[in-house]
Amino acid sequence: MKSGIIFNVQRYSLHDGPGIRTTVFLKGCPARCWWCHNPESQSFSPQTAWSQNRCISCDACLLACHEGLQPREACRACGDCTEACPTGARELLGSQTTVDEVLQTILKDRMFFEDSRGGVTFSGGEPLCQPAFLKSLLSACRGHDIHTAVDTAALCPPETLIDIAPLVDLFLFDLKCADDALHLKGTGLGNGRILDNLAQLGRVHHNIWIRIPVIPGFNDSLREMEALADHAARAAGVRQVWLLPYHGSWAAKPARLGQEPSAEAAATHTPAPDTMADFARLFKTRGLDTQIGGGT
Amino acid sequence: MTGRTKRLRQESLAAEPAISAERALLLTEFYRDNEGRWSVPVMRAKSFLYLCEKKTICIGEGELVVGERGPAPKLVSTYPELTCHSVEDLRILNSRELTSYRVDDACLKAYQETVIPYWGTRSLRDKIFDALPEEWHQAYRYGIFTEFMEQRAPGHTVLDDKIYRKGLLDFKKEIAQAIEALDFATDADAWARREQLVAMDISCDAVILFAERHAKLAESMAAACTDPARKQELLKIAANCRWVPAHAPSDFWEALQSYWFCHLAVITELNGWDAFSPGHLDQHLLPFYQAELGTGTLTREGARELLECFFVKFNNHPSPPKVGVTAAESGTYTDFANINLGGLLPDGSDGSNEVSHLLLEVIDEMHLLQPSSNVQLSRKSPDAFLKHTLQVVRSGYGFPSIFNADAVVEEQLRQGKSLVDARAGGCSGCVEVGAFGKEAYILTGYFNLVKMLELALHDGVDPLTGVQLGPKTGSAESFKSFGELFEAFRAQLSHFLDIKIRGNRLIEMIYASQMPAPFLSVLTDDCISRGVDYNAGGARYNNSFIQGVGIGSITDALSAIKDHVFERETLSLPELVAKLDADFAGDEPLRQRLWNKTRKYGNDDDYADDLMRLVFDAFFHEVDGRPNTKNGVYRIEMLPTTCHVYFGSVTGATPDGRRRGTPLSEGISPVQGADRRGPTAVIRSAGKMDHIRSGGTLLNMKFSPTLLSDASGLDGVASLVRSYFRMDGHHVQFNVVNVETLKRAQANPSEYRDLIVRVAGYSDYFCDLSADLQNEIITRTEHSSF
Repeated sequence: MKSGIIFNVQRYSLHDGPGIRTTVFLKGCPARCWWCHNPESQSFSPQTAWSQNRCISCDACLLACHEGLQPREACRACGDCTEACPTGARELLGSQTTVDEVLQTILKDRMFFEDSRGGVTFSGGEPLCQPAFLKSLLSACRGHDIHTAVDTAALCPPETLIDIAPLVDLFLFDLKCADDALHLKGTGLGNGRILDNLAQLGRVHHNIWIRIPVIPGFNDSLREMEALADHAARAAGVRQVWLLPYHGSWAAKPARLGQEPSAEAAATHTPAPDTMADFARLFKTRGLDTQIGGGT
Repeated sequence: MTGRTKRLRQESLAAEPAISAERALLLTEFYRDNEGRWSVPVMRAKSFLYLCEKKTICIGEGELVVGERGPAPKLVSTYPELTCHSVEDLRILNSRELTSYRVDDACLKAYQETVIPYWGTRSLRDKIFDALPEEWHQAYRYGIFTEFMEQRAPGHTVLDDKIYRKGLLDFKKEIAQAIEALDFATDADAWARREQLVAMDISCDAVILFAERHAKLAESMAAACTDPARKQELLKIAANCRWVPAHAPSDFWEALQSYWFCHLAVITELNGWDAFSPGHLDQHLLPFYQAELGTGTLTREGARELLECFFVKFNNHPSPPKVGVTAAESGTYTDFANINLGGLLPDGSDGSNEVSHLLLEVIDEMHLLQPSSNVQLSRKSPDAFLKHTLQVVRSGYGFPSIFNADAVVEEQLRQGKSLVDARAGGCSGCVEVGAFGKEAYILTGYFNLVKMLELALHDGVDPLTGVQLGPKTGSAESFKSFGELFEAFRAQLSHFLDIKIRGNRLIEMIYASQMPAPFLSVLTDDCISRGVDYNAGGARYNNSFIQGVGIGSITDALSAIKDHVFERETLSLPELVAKLDADFAGDEPLRQRLWNKTRKYGNDDDYADDLMRLVFDAFFHEVDGRPNTKNGVYRIEMLPTTCHVYFGSVTGATPDGRRRGTPLSEGISPVQGADRRGPTAVIRSAGKMDHIRSGGTLLNMKFSPTLLSDASGLDGVASLVRSYFRMDGHHVQFNVVNVETLKRAQANPSEYRDLIVRVAGYSDYFCDLSADLQNEIITRTEHSSF
């Protein structure tokens, strides 16, 4: 696959694997987590976003739109209004991008990767929902000897995961919760396949970091954390566990897409450092190298 | 800090800067009584001897390193022979809100009755201004360039290791030998050389006398002292002052005292730019430190206390204030003395040592405005040294700044210096490269690169005033391609650099004949062996520099024109120029489009970065290699100090969407807020400049503390530095403060008096900065990652 849809490339990422990394965000995800920090990552199509605080009400977008700036549902994300917008208040999120284009961007920071032992991280969305594109990207990076990480919730058939595993130096494997019903409620999907994928991946890959967002009101119970710790301890190939405290820095994002923030998101908060340390202890007692991240 | 150094530090912070008329009065007395008696250099030397003999001296309570330029800490001398303050200047200094200097009635009276009547018609500044042609004055007045030497003497000078190996008595022997060797039979300059050498000899006597006076004072204080511990200290101080700088120091304490007397001598003799600097202090002190640790006469803690006392001495010396228009606006107390840490040894091996780490601890603990400090990082420097540096940087004090020691060597090799001299060199002032103890590397003025484009777009007319400043290089309608416009830019650049360099050479000649610096010449190789003064080309190397300002702004402006006008053709050049002249009035959408939808420098986008290289090359080729009058040549540097604010204030709206009068980009940093792809993109863009062909570039990056708070953050920044230096980047510094802190400081200055921020090549108290500069620092992109 020569191209796919990505919605962002974040250079100088320090929290998506070792060293200085360039994180490539592939667009589209089947899950609908209410705490999702990248709501623009969910749809598999390009979208237009609008930031009120940057808008100077010049109406350039209105004049540019073939549809007369139709309701959002009618928007084809053609890019005419975002091109016309002088301030960047209107943005096109997501574009069809070739493997080579992505690679050229990644290569720009190669020097920093070398010095810091960093590399590239493919994130999303769910990057495994564009398996052929992802595989081509991984192969291209391998060709340049660039360390590769894939940040995934493994929302894919196990074969897909096993297929790319030889091209991946590090898996950042996201687990949300252990209880299937709770998982369904929080993300719109059950977790049976995810846990099964973890087990299968562990048999063929030996550098997996499990990443767990700690979200008050969802998975911040002792029972949940113990169950997650059990899963992590049981799986082969797990080298590290990262507990990522929820924070609300993404609060402005849904509005840009014309969405309401979820009621759950409005009610939750950042977990206390003590709570995080308590949870981390549960994992450590199971022999897992566990760290608390700077935030999800 | 010990109880002693805590107190000395506090006293230094609390002391209020004030003008002392003592130096001006003594100098006036001397010149009035002796005018015409001796040659110019001997007059200079004898007046210096008179100062050293007569000036008030003091030894502060608990001090271990002694000597002040003024009669007491923070009493600032003036230099009427260079530039004579008017009564109005002094009143402004006394009353201005920021960086004021108290001027009492006695001082005003002294100036009114004695100093001004004599020097008011004799100062060098007046001679210089009288001699410079109208074209120079016009360019200067309209903000095309500034002039360093109209207020202060050539400086930016740094000491090497010579005073730790030799005493002034040794230099006197060398001087005597040089006089002996003069050849009156064939050398037409023999008499001139002899006068210079005699002046150097007298200046050595002056400094020895000055030290001796301190020895006597310490002895008399010891005799009256009832505290036995302090008595012992005073006796040791007396012994130190009797021994150094006449002889080479024999211990760590003497080494610091010896440097300090040389420092005071250089800044008393003349008001040279950037005061004076000890250079590779860690390397120079190491032998004394190791020897004394071995014999048990010094402990690590004892060495630290001496260094802390030494640091306080720098902080006691605010820079001498300027005169004229700049008295009202320009303001900093820092005098730019700068200590180098790490670097390379002359044999090419790593120069960092235990004293480097000790100094890093002192910098972190003392948190003083002066002295400034920098780390010279080479490929060979251990990571532990870089990490320690970044931990100090993380405290948010803005220094040390970090330099690429390998690039610093390569830059000097390109200038034709020997490998050993290049390695023993380093950086001073903001980011300037020099061969320590062997070079007069002189900054001559900032140059407004953005104004050149403004003139090119207006056929040489300054749009803010309507005055025809530059040559007629074609109207906006006449340019059919980007290339044609760029040639007009180049023609304006060439025209004004010619004016600047002609003016510079004239000023050099005036300094060479009127204002020798005999003591600085003693300390600078090869002034003695050549019998030529520092200001006349006596140094082994003599590079002069013009500092380009606004490379980010000019790049973005050219990128906007190239893209929007000549390629996408969304508006014509005359239309754009009309919008600029109106400061985008009534067309905010256009301004926004230019601001947001132009490919800009700092984003690792070759479209913009290639234009940056084009401008850099044009500037380089116009300047580099042109001869000065001291057997040296002109070269370029890319640094602004605070001049990007001044130049911005006299520059109209620019095609990148910048409004009229707002600051230009600073150093080689991107335009404030234009970099949107994070720090690696900034580093990559800046790394595309050929730093090796400069004499120093300045890259400023502002990080919020959170970005450095954990191990991965510190590692990340360490990698940024190493990677930038692999690209031959010259220098990078990090401002570690968050925007909220700055805003709070702006609102409640009294609560944030000690907030130091990195301004450009130096750090300053945030509350002493003008509101414009404060805002500019706030809007510099705060890099963050998530």
